[in-house]
Amino acid sequence: MGKITLKNVKKAFGDVSVIPDINLQIENGEFVVFVGPSGCGKSTLLRLIAGLEDVTSGLIEIDGKDATHLPPAKRGLAMVFQSYALYPHMSVRKNIAFPLKMAGMSEAEQTSRVERAAKVLNLTNYLDRRPGQLSGGQRQRVAIGRAIVREPAAFLFDEPLSNLDAALRVGMRQEITELHQTLKTTMIYVTHDQVEAMTMADKIVVLNAGNIEQVGSPLELYRSPVNLFVAGFIGSPKMNFVEGTEAAKHGGATIGIRPEHIDIVEGGPWTGTVGLSEHLGSDTFLKVQVDGIGTLNVRASGEVGRHHGDRVSLAPQADKFHRFNKDGRSMK
Amino acid sequence: MARAVSTRTKVLNTAIAGTLGFLMFFPILWIIILSFKTEEDAIRAPLEVLFQSGWTIENFLTVQARSDYFKHFSNSVIISLGSTLLGLIIAIPAAWAMAFVPAKRTKDVLMWMLSTKMMPPVGVLVPIYLIFRDTGLLDSLIGLTVVLMLINLPIIIWMLYTYFREIPGEILEAARMDGATLKKEILYVLAPMALPGIASTILLNIILAWNEAFWTLNLTAANAAPLTAFIASYSSPEGLFFAKLSAASLMAIAPILIMGWFSQKQLVRGLTFGAVK
Repeated sequence: MGKITLKNVKKAFGDVSVIPDINLQIENGEFVVFVGPSGCGKSTLLRLIAGLEDVTSGLIEIDGKDATHLPPAKRGLAMVFQSYALYPHMSVRKNIAFPLKMAGMSEAEQTSRVERAAKVLNLTNYLDRRPGQLSGGQRQRVAIGRAIVREPAAFLFDEPLSNLDAALRVGMRQEITELHQTLKTTMIYVTHDQVEAMTMADKIVVLNAGNIEQVGSPLELYRSPVNLFVAGFIGSPKMNFVEGTEAAKHGGATIGIRPEHIDIVEGGPWTGTVGLSEHLGSDTFLKVQVDGIGTLNVRASGEVGRHHGDRVSLAPQADKFHRFNKDGRSMK
Repeated sequence: MARAVSTRTKVLNTAIAGTLGFLMFFPILWIIILSFKTEEDAIRAPLEVLFQSGWTIENFLTVQARSDYFKHFSNSVIISLGSTLLGLIIAIPAAWAMAFVPAKRTKDVLMWMLSTKMMPPVGVLVPIYLIFRDTGLLDSLIGLTVVLMLINLPIIIWMLYTYFREIPGEILEAARMDGATLKKEILYVLAPMALPGIASTILLNIILAWNEAFWTLNLTAANAAPLTAFIASYSSPEGLFFAKLSAASLMAIAPILIMGWFSQKQLVRGLTFGAVK
């Protein structure tokens, strides 16, 4: 089981309120991603759930039981840290067995559990090495191994991939997703990388300045962001925002249109000059200085023969406009 | 790229370093030489001492016969080990608290601790002497152990604090998540990781306590007198007995010198711990 409920959780460090007031329900078996810019309180929120920080007020329930004032070890949660936080003086085997040893489990049971975890994570050949002798990806797997042997109610991941290089990151992302599909245990994953959020999550919680901006599945957030912040944060490249008369024409104080929803056509309503052009082969990203509107990001599929200084004509897909009122809320 | 150094500079630098090293070591060397001479020979001119006099171990025998070396030695061992152990018991939790749960005034507390080392010990001699007299701690091993622990405590805490600060907090948090109680967290994670630092703290503190002369001379008479008092007893109003004083000094410093020699690698490693990552 791993159902986690936050009720009116508040956290302040001295006079600084980091989390003003949060209510959130995480269902058993869900893969939930907390995403937001740095300093938005996502790591603090995770640490509150873990018990590494005390809430200022509010209630944290795990499987229906009040866990607000339980010490971290008693909450039945396992955490994977950004820095891996392995014990450098212990072998991989001892690292993974450490929580079992703390729980007073028998040697035989420890050995069998460690070996099972090592097999799942491809660490069998490294069990007698020290963390210092492992690569970044292997260290991360040891940290995950240390978490899974405990068979916790939920896993907490605090930006676990940010210390890895790009290629490894993609690989580990898939491994963690597969792990979730195998174990079917609740996972809470903190990241500032919206690509990780979109690819891994069942449910994304977008945080900004300690507040939840929106909760929803990746595609819900992509299709119907509730405000300008979520609209701008989810999606890569960023959604274009247009204000003024052009926005009024489409019925909003601000309108948003994603780069992939602008087509390069002959005789479209917008014309402009290509500034920066990035050709990836599979996609082409253009920054177009549109007359009377401003700079828009455009994403086109495949190779587009447009370069710096070219004049282009653009047509936004009419049904893909996002309309926002003057407070930045979605008008849908 | 290695810097180019001419042979002349190398020779000159080596000569200067060698001379300085010899000058620093000379007093010890002289003590060693004098301790093997008779009293009459010991007060001769240096060159005569070296080349025109014989060698003897009589001083060591006399010293042992006159004042029981092994009793002073065991007192020294008890107070230096005892004060170190007692100091660690107090300093480890203190340094843990200051390194991992710092409060608003932690820095001030640390500075205050250090400031106690700036005061000349003689400033508190009278109150401590009176306290010791009234509580019957004068000339007792327990009293001396406690005093030496207290005077070295700021240094122990400072050193441990510095080493603990090098340990990433996330590792201790991981231990907490893994179900370690505070005691187990310190025992299984913090202490092994800070071991080089703790070891050099222990060594340094033993050396400091072993060599401490002010309190050991002022608070002891016969029973608890360690080796420092044993040396001092050879500088008497009746006159200096150079050869015996040298023999006593050599016997007093030899154990700590040997310990220092064997542990110097550990000591240097600990003292430079965290300096290079």
